Amino acid sequence: MADKLRFALVSPERELFHGEVDHVVVPGSEGEFGVSPEHAPVMSVVKAGALRVFTDGSERRIFVNGGFADVTPEGLTVLAEDAVELADIDAAQLDQQIKNAQEDVRDASGEAARASAQFVLERLEGIRAAMAR
Amino acid sequence: MPSLKEFRNRIASVKSTQKITKALQMVAASKLKRAQAAAEAARPYSQRLARVIANLAAAVSGDNAPLLLRGTGRSDVHLVVVMTSERGLCGGFNTQIVRLAREKIQELIAAGKTVKIVAVGKKGRDQLKRQYGAMIVKYVDLSGFRAVNAEAAAIVGELVKDLFAADAFDVATLYFSRFKSVINQTPTAVQLIPAVAPEGVAPPDLKGAVYEYEPNETEILEALLPRYITGQILQGLLENQAGFYGAQMTATDNATRNAGDLIRKLTLRYNRQRQANITKELIEIISGAEAL
Repeated sequence: MADKLRFALVSPERELFHGEVDHVVVPGSEGEFGVSPEHAPVMSVVKAGALRVFTDGSERRIFVNGGFADVTPEGLTVLAEDAVELADIDAAQLDQQIKNAQEDVRDASGEAARASAQFVLERLEGIRAAMAR
Repeated sequence: MPSLKEFRNRIASVKSTQKITKALQMVAASKLKRAQAAAEAARPYSQRLARVIANLAAAVSGDNAPLLLRGTGRSDVHLVVVMTSERGLCGGFNTQIVRLAREKIQELIAAGKTVKIVAVGKKGRDQLKRQYGAMIVKYVDLSGFRAVNAEAAAIVGELVKDLFAADAFDVATLYFSRFKSVINQTPTAVQLIPAVAPEGVAPPDLKGAVYEYEPNETEILEALLPRYITGQILQGLLENQAGFYGAQMTATDNATRNAGDLIRKLTLRYNRQRQANITKELIEIISGAEAL
């Protein structure tokens, strides 16, 4: 088996990560799947959830808010709408942000403001759900 | 010959202009660095997305393909999205983009097509308004954004997608300036709808393996294409922003230098005039004394 998997995580605004890893677990829309080196080509929709990246026995958990995963013989590319490293997130702060977001949704005047507040709330709740696991 | 006072006033006025252009140049230079980094950082996403699209487009064809990919099958109504800057003092930056768009618009009109224009950025709208005022269907004002971001791109993206959903056009093309270097920005046209992968993007070599799609090709494409379009717009906006600061830096640098030249020339003339006045007064005094 080829020893390493080339993995790139890119968001519309910048490339968040690229490098060689051992194994990545992707939260696909049809269920989680793991990608190891020499994986067969797959393209999948990614739902909001934690992306788990294993390198030399250590694990990094990165929250992605939906996107696409593309596995080619060259490696794995995840195109994420938005991604946050879960280790960087403080649970207490997150709860506070969720509370604020819930208030924003309640207080939002107008359809557009409500929709955007709702979007923020859903993202934060997604992060919390990903952390809980 | 203007009086000495007039010279002094003009020199003072050019000096204050020079101060402004100098300040603007420094602001542009510092913003350029950021904008350039942002434009370059965003390139991997659009490149990879383009590769995925190229890959999928090869797999899905015919009537199953989403409308965004295969288009309406007509090319009667063209939507021209012209992205320019909100502010000036940037030399020929906006004019170049508008010129490219204008050439294309003329071509389309000559071919009997209907043209609709979406102007993103004030400068482009102002330039196009004179000639094609009636064709501008929408003006997107992004001056509220201090720096363009995904949100700004989403506004333009939604607009284009809504217009497409309302069957308002058949083909959409994006005009912006690609940032090559500080002194080189190239006006570029990119077709948005029907989505095409840029030339030179080859699907990856699968070494005989067969691609699997989850859930399936069409669903992936349907989710992917709107993002691809927004991604292209974001890329365009970021390239434009970097190009704008580059152009502004060059333009204000030139202006500062010209102001310096002007100040030197005016000072020379001012001093000549002053000496001439003194000589004249001396002559008057001496000839007055001689007459006595």
